[in-house]
Amino acid sequence: MFRLSRRAVLLGGGVLLAAPFVASRAAQAGTPLVLYAAQHEQVVDMITRAFTKSTGIAVRTRFGEAPEIANQIATEGRHSPADVYFTENSPELLLLDERHMLAPVEKSTLAQVPARWSAPSGNWLGVLARDSVLAYNPRLVTADALPASLLDLAAPAWKGRVAFAPTDADTLPVIGAIAALKGRAAALAWLRGMKANAKIYDDDEGVIAAVDRGAVATGIVNSYYWCRLRTEQGAAKTASRLHRFSPDDVGNLINVSGAAVLASSRRQAEAQRFLAFLVSAPMQMALAQSDIDFEYPLRPGIAANPLLAPFASLRPPPVTIAGIGDDRLAARLLQDVGLV
Amino acid sequence: MPVALVLAAAIGPVLVLLPILATLASALGAGWGAARALLFRPLVAQLLGNTLTLMLAAMLAAGVLGLASAWLVERTALPGRRAWAVLAAAPLAVPPFVAGYAWVSIAPVFEGFLGAWLVVTLTYTPLVYLPVAAALRGLDPALEETAMALGLGRWRVFLRVVLPQLRPALLGGMLLVALDVLVEFGAFALLRFRTFTTTIYAAYRTGFNADAAAMLAFVLLLLCLLCLVAEFAVRGRARYARVGKGTRRRARPLALGRWTLPALMVLALPVAAGLLLPLATIAYWMTRHAAAASSPAAASWGRLLAATWSSLWLGATGATLTVLLALPLGYLVARRPGRLATLLERAAFLAMGAPGIVVALALSGLAVRHARGLYQSAGLLLVAYAVLFLPLAVVSARAALEQAQKALEDVARALGQGWLATAWRVVLPLAGPGLGAAAALVFVSVSTELTATLLLAPIGTRTLATEVWANTASLAFAAAAPYAAVMTLFSLISTWLLARRFAAAAV
Repeated sequence: MFRLSRRAVLLGGGVLLAAPFVASRAAQAGTPLVLYAAQHEQVVDMITRAFTKSTGIAVRTRFGEAPEIANQIATEGRHSPADVYFTENSPELLLLDERHMLAPVEKSTLAQVPARWSAPSGNWLGVLARDSVLAYNPRLVTADALPASLLDLAAPAWKGRVAFAPTDADTLPVIGAIAALKGRAAALAWLRGMKANAKIYDDDEGVIAAVDRGAVATGIVNSYYWCRLRTEQGAAKTASRLHRFSPDDVGNLINVSGAAVLASSRRQAEAQRFLAFLVSAPMQMALAQSDIDFEYPLRPGIAANPLLAPFASLRPPPVTIAGIGDDRLAARLLQDVGLV
Repeated sequence: MPVALVLAAAIGPVLVLLPILATLASALGAGWGAARALLFRPLVAQLLGNTLTLMLAAMLAAGVLGLASAWLVERTALPGRRAWAVLAAAPLAVPPFVAGYAWVSIAPVFEGFLGAWLVVTLTYTPLVYLPVAAALRGLDPALEETAMALGLGRWRVFLRVVLPQLRPALLGGMLLVALDVLVEFGAFALLRFRTFTTTIYAAYRTGFNADAAAMLAFVLLLLCLLCLVAEFAVRGRARYARVGKGTRRRARPLALGRWTLPALMVLALPVAAGLLLPLATIAYWMTRHAAAASSPAAASWGRLLAATWSSLWLGATGATLTVLLALPLGYLVARRPGRLATLLERAAFLAMGAPGIVVALALSGLAVRHARGLYQSAGLLLVAYAVLFLPLAVVSARAALEQAQKALEDVARALGQGWLATAWRVVLPLAGPGLGAAAALVFVSVSTELTATLLLAPIGTRTLATEVWANTASLAFAAAAPYAAVMTLFSLISTWLLARRFAAAAV
């Protein structure tokens, strides 16, 4: 009997050990659409559930930070298991497009959103948009003392009174936009000033929480995070407010959240269907009305979440998506000033 | 058979060396110019400053606190000594990043150095306390009594007789603390304290910085190996020689008198801050509403069960693989000691100086280039676990096999059993309980592991640790609580095992 139990233990161990290897093989041969997502998890879960319900196509999602996932796809090359890449910001899509890793998006899908929000090459699709703002705590700074330009925050007057998250994927496009509009030297000077002035956080979630509880007077975030905090805490408990810079200032940058089909995908038809689903009226409507996503639907005629300022009222800087670049310059500049 | 044994024993050490050498190679491959630009810059100096300051502060605090509690428990007439002996080791049950989660959710003031220092000091003080207490128990009070009879006061006796004898245990424990500070990632990331590990992760997240990440990993690895070598040296140094161990008495416990209350505080405060406070914080957040808006995913029983299952399953397979790799090595060291055995064992121990983030990045890089089948599979994650926890398994396996009498094996062989039958019918049953304990320890370590899991988990696999991480990173403390609670339960079991073994060993 002792023998039997030992044998059972060994057998069990063997099966356990073999399982992951077998399982990964089976998964490769399996059928679900593979989505690499650098969007918020609960938003992506909401979308994939709705997609599976409406089409019967199962989706498996790998989550990660945007540049990390883009870099992963680039490293994986033609062997990438990903069929679709869905991300918060345009630069990573631009990067993959430059490396010829994206398949053209179907014309009928591209036609659903204004052309300026999608890839000029037609290889990726704009889905949602977020705007960059300055959050502030009225207990620590009055509204009339707030700067007219994002660039002012690098001045000595703001030392210790501003927070930002240089490694958040939402910050990199802002740096890219500064470089595009004012030149590389200006971007470098701004980052040096910010390094001296700013309290550094890992991500926008940390920045907005710090501003709201009064740990720092102001913080550079996407309005998304303020709306999210406001939804969770309620109006009464939310101390922070949002400030928009003067019209056309680089600080009012609009970030595009987009999606693309990988050229290496062997499931082009289903992948294209997923993209079409993302910008379909019901899905865009559901996202705008949800209490988990605070982005502007890019499909015309759909009202955004009421916590957001009307899309038409935004005054973004005159920079194109191509001008913002592919984040590589931004990452380089961060490294040069020692923030990464 | 020895050749087969050596080959089998070498698998583990080779797996350990693989990511270490890959990291060194990619750093050296960057070339001197690039290396200089990436190494000699203000950021690296700042990271060195942060990391080393925290390391020294934690070593000192843990050293003083660990020594004081060990002395109080072992040498004084403290009320409830037996209970304190176990409780003093209990903070080890709280994984540092769960403690980090607890502190940062209490108040933002704990962000940065203060929180980081508190967390590592409280969590790792037992690493000093356990060996020092064991050493104190093993001291012969006769030496101290002789010194006293020769006219030394109590304090001088402690400084000149007791402390020198405790030095290997104390220094060894403090170096372990240093090593753990160097490799810790989750707690520092959650507490927003920048060290090498968190910056490597940031470089990885912003992509495009492969060289910078490799270079930082290289510096971190060097620091870790330095600590490890120092630890080997301290442990290996000659013990205080005496002729025969004799029969020692238990030292007469010192009456504390009016110092009883302060002494109790010294023991109670770390337990309260290191164990009760995280537990209470988790309990508090369990009662709060987990708002959907800020959690990465709405909490549900299904998700909690799925994460628990992933952690259990990875823990079980990880423990099996690790112990299987450790067994031949432990056997080789226990039964055929020699240069080769020592070399292999040392190579396996190098894993203690290999931070999870470095191992994970290196393995992922190797797999994507040379082993596509393993890439993004649970298999690769299990290999990472085996690398990280091999030392733990080897120590236990070796101890278990050393306790199994070799003579019984020889008898079995003499009676005509082959080596396989001997291993199966004699060695395994004899060493079984010890190996089981080793597997249990590895199981808990794997099922609460964060860093490698974060980087290597296959698509769709979420463990308790990664759920706590994802929720805490977006400040959804209430959503993180159930996962943290289940994980801490696992961890408490492991510490209970550890404490029981420690108590049994120290009779």
